[in-house]
Amino acid sequence: MPLVINKEKSGTRLLQAVKELSGVDVSGCLQCKKCSNGCPVTTLVKVTPSEIIRRLQLNLDNSILESDLVWMCASCETCFSRCPMHIDMAAVMDALRIISVRNNSVKQKGNVPLFNRWFLKTVNMFGRTYDLGMIAAYKAGTSSYFQDTNKFPMMLKKGKIALFPSFEADKKYIKRIFKRTK
Amino acid sequence: MKYAYYPGCSAESTARDQYMSIQEVSKALDIELIEPKGWTCCGSTPAHHSDKVLSIALPAANLLLAKKMGLDMVVFCAACYNRMKVANYEIRTNPQIRKDVSDSLGEDYDGSVNVHHFVEVLIKQIGVKKLQESFSHSLDGLKVVNYYGCLLVRPANITNFDDPENPTLMDSLVTIMGGESIDWPHKVECCGGGFALTRTDIVVELSSSILGMAKAAGAQCMAVACPMCQINLDLRQSDINKTKSTQYNIPIVYITQLVGLCLGIAPHKLGMDKCVVSPKPILEAVTSI
Repeated sequence: MPLVINKEKSGTRLLQAVKELSGVDVSGCLQCKKCSNGCPVTTLVKVTPSEIIRRLQLNLDNSILESDLVWMCASCETCFSRCPMHIDMAAVMDALRIISVRNNSVKQKGNVPLFNRWFLKTVNMFGRTYDLGMIAAYKAGTSSYFQDTNKFPMMLKKGKIALFPSFEADKKYIKRIFKRTK
Repeated sequence: MKYAYYPGCSAESTARDQYMSIQEVSKALDIELIEPKGWTCCGSTPAHHSDKVLSIALPAANLLLAKKMGLDMVVFCAACYNRMKVANYEIRTNPQIRKDVSDSLGEDYDGSVNVHHFVEVLIKQIGVKKLQESFSHSLDGLKVVNYYGCLLVRPANITNFDDPENPTLMDSLVTIMGGESIDWPHKVECCGGGFALTRTDIVVELSSSILGMAKAAGAQCMAVACPMCQINLDLRQSDINKTKSTQYNIPIVYITQLVGLCLGIAPHKLGMDKCVVSPKPILEAVTSI
């Protein structure tokens, strides 16, 4: 993606918000591009990790939030692991995702935020994840009913997926954590 | 040897085989694993995608249970392991996070519970000598690639598992078992992890590259230490073959299943029948010493 300088006030606010949420100062980035070269999805995305950092450094506008990498980043932490300046890029990506959901600026394939919401909802409900419930809710939300349905009979037969949620987790405790945190 | 053991949610569902093999191996090696009563989910990726305090409070809740038991924590799932290590690190180094987390939990947690991966327990606590003495069977030259994935080794300053670029803990375990551990370049590549449901296209891309390298390296099987890696590489192997016109047929097993076989434990007790790609080459290779 060409780097268009379109400096707006929103960019300054975004840099500040990323810093507050992640505690990461991106000013030390040397643009050595080790993060982008090591990133497993680098050949699949339009905007690479080092470009995200550069855009943040330049206080560009909020369009970073719509970069495909934001929801294609697999959180593998190779970027952070290889950064000679110890910039926690993975934490920056988390911050961008949180801001992106807050701003309703998610317009990407896969609807990862919907998956995240249902994952955390089942955890809040049962104390542990409940794969079948989570998958059904996600499929209903994305109308992807038939994806992987051929695998379920085999997984059930092999006992590779639980039919029922767990009843052994401390639900009261987990509800407290969710209530106090959100 | 006694530990608090955190199975993680997948142990009750997609990674039942991992749970079974750990139980059997621990029994055989006199490792006492006690599950903290009422343990809850670590939050995994969706939590750190959504809220920093929540992503620390969820694993911390379980670490607090281990602290009350007065035991170190043992984990197998790489994601749970990573989240617990990160929680300890954040709580120890960031007073504001510690305060927010203790508000959320209703009591203070100081980040002091040691967290070990089960592979670390085998190599570092049980030790090579005892393992060798306990093995009744050998992998007999079986060519194994060890796949560590992301979250065990990164970030290295927090997980302290092994070298982040070229870890060797699992390789040494395979060597002790009499297998041929193949040196290959994809030990710490990413399989697509949590995108199993949302972006299967990414999982297919990344996992096919890993399988391709394993095949090129001459692997007869791949040993993994993470439930998400296992399911992405095993369950998705047929999709990958279809999409990429490949013919991979590489069994993907938990390293604990290999250990179990070498301890002479029956394959069905280790959940070997739950593998999607047939583990026949492994079962055929195992011979009694």
